[in-house]
Amino acid sequence: MHRFDLAIVGAGPAGMAAAREAAEAGLKVALVDEQPRAGGQIYRNLGRAAKTYGAQLGKEYLRGVPLVDGINHEAITHFSGHSVWAIEKGQLALNSPEGARQIGARSVLLATGAIERPMPVPGWTLPGVMAAGAAQIMLKQSGLAVENAVLVGSGPLLHLVAVQLLRAGAPPVALVETRQRRDSRRALLMWRLMLRAGRYVQRSLADLNELRNAGIPRYMASANIALLGERRVDTVSFSSGGRRRELSCDAALLHHGVVPHVQASRAAGVPHIWSATIQAHVPVCDSWGRTEVPRVWVAGDGVWIGGARAAELSGRIAALAIAHDLGFVHSPERDRRTSGWIEERDFELSLRPLIEKAFPPYAAALAPADNVTVCRCEEISAGEVRQAVRDGATGINHVKVSTRAGMGRCQGRMCAAALARIVVQESDAKIDEIGTLNARPPIKPVTLGALAGMARQAQRPEDD
Amino acid sequence: MVEVQFAGEPLMLPEGDTLAAALLAAGIDGFRQTPFQGVARAPYCMMGICFDCLLEVDGVSQQSCMVQVRAGMDVRPARQRWEGPYASL
Repeated sequence: MHRFDLAIVGAGPAGMAAAREAAEAGLKVALVDEQPRAGGQIYRNLGRAAKTYGAQLGKEYLRGVPLVDGINHEAITHFSGHSVWAIEKGQLALNSPEGARQIGARSVLLATGAIERPMPVPGWTLPGVMAAGAAQIMLKQSGLAVENAVLVGSGPLLHLVAVQLLRAGAPPVALVETRQRRDSRRALLMWRLMLRAGRYVQRSLADLNELRNAGIPRYMASANIALLGERRVDTVSFSSGGRRRELSCDAALLHHGVVPHVQASRAAGVPHIWSATIQAHVPVCDSWGRTEVPRVWVAGDGVWIGGARAAELSGRIAALAIAHDLGFVHSPERDRRTSGWIEERDFELSLRPLIEKAFPPYAAALAPADNVTVCRCEEISAGEVRQAVRDGATGINHVKVSTRAGMGRCQGRMCAAALARIVVQESDAKIDEIGTLNARPPIKPVTLGALAGMARQAQRPEDD
Repeated sequence: MVEVQFAGEPLMLPEGDTLAAALLAAGIDGFRQTPFQGVARAPYCMMGICFDCLLEVDGVSQQSCMVQVRAGMDVRPARQRWEGPYASL
């Protein structure tokens, strides 16, 4: 078994930055990621796409170039195309098309990033309905622009994807936005934060300006959203401005915020708490990223949504703290090098409440109506979950065993938040009293053949 | 472009592209049938989270958004339809 001082899960901004810092401090680093190339979702496929469609994707995308280049270091082994399916004391179990394997690690940094907050609305399981981020991924990875799309929901990413599709020659049909006028007022009340967030506000206004100039309609304060179609989505139905409206489309792209992807930190046994600000469960850690589980650390958007810059900084900070823990760096050096990073990271993180106030999630998709599918894998509706709670299910894992919601292949990634909200809504319990879905290995599927191959390999003498 | 088999028919796809994206671009939108209601699903997240892009690739059920197109790969909609009561399994 190959052994490393540090194994990093996720090669996005946090993971790439941490890998470089740790390697420079003298650690032997494994950087594990499912994608064929480093970058995470934000800098996805950057190594190749920067030349071809960098202009459409914008300046922010190109900021990742030094990070991607930075992982070319003799002390960093990049396990690309490898998923992590178990995290145990001192070792990680990996899987790839070539088979399963284990690596040893004196410490583990989980830099698993964010996922889009699932948006269960009527019809969201129809082919042709995707997450807005999925459309962006297709643009970055394959140069494919989703045509004739209606973008539905709220958040800066909704506007950004609309602009990117427009520049790629596939102007969207419209934006159906769930923001209310009071959301803007609430954000304006946070004017001090607004001034501090100047760079982001400016960028957001530039996106809106570009959409306005292109004549893309935006329907504000939209509600009663439903996606309709027989075999695939062909209509977005909603009410806005006191009228019921229907828009024809070939695709619907949903987005109402991003949340930490916590499957790995849950499976590693890290405690999680509910964050009222970002409306999701987040792992508990200190300012360095240290968790209560020995030798397991967390960094980036998988901890707290702060964007690419905050993620990169938190990766560097965690790397230096880990290097210090393992005896590679003395504390004065750690403190000297990280103080500026901590200050800048905390500034970036402090802007989050503003974004959450200005672009709150679509309330009707947090605890959906009875007829809406919440668990896509097991095809369980919100109504079935409510019935289970009325029949006596007390916590989220109780709902899971009585309905099978959360028991499918995605292991609750797509339904955990909705299940939690429904249980709270239907019972007297508070959200931090109902538990979180248990996550157990394999956190990504692995074939029995791969497991058997790993067992054979383990019987051979050490290969390092 | 390379030739792959999709549901037993030859199909030309760009080599190295993400399989899910390549199939969507080729106009395919029924990736799997759900086990209970038997309705079609297509990719939702494109980043390995949702499992709605499941396909059987060379005999192994996989998230097609995480697989790259290779010449000669045998791709089929994932077999998931549940045909009887659990007691018979």
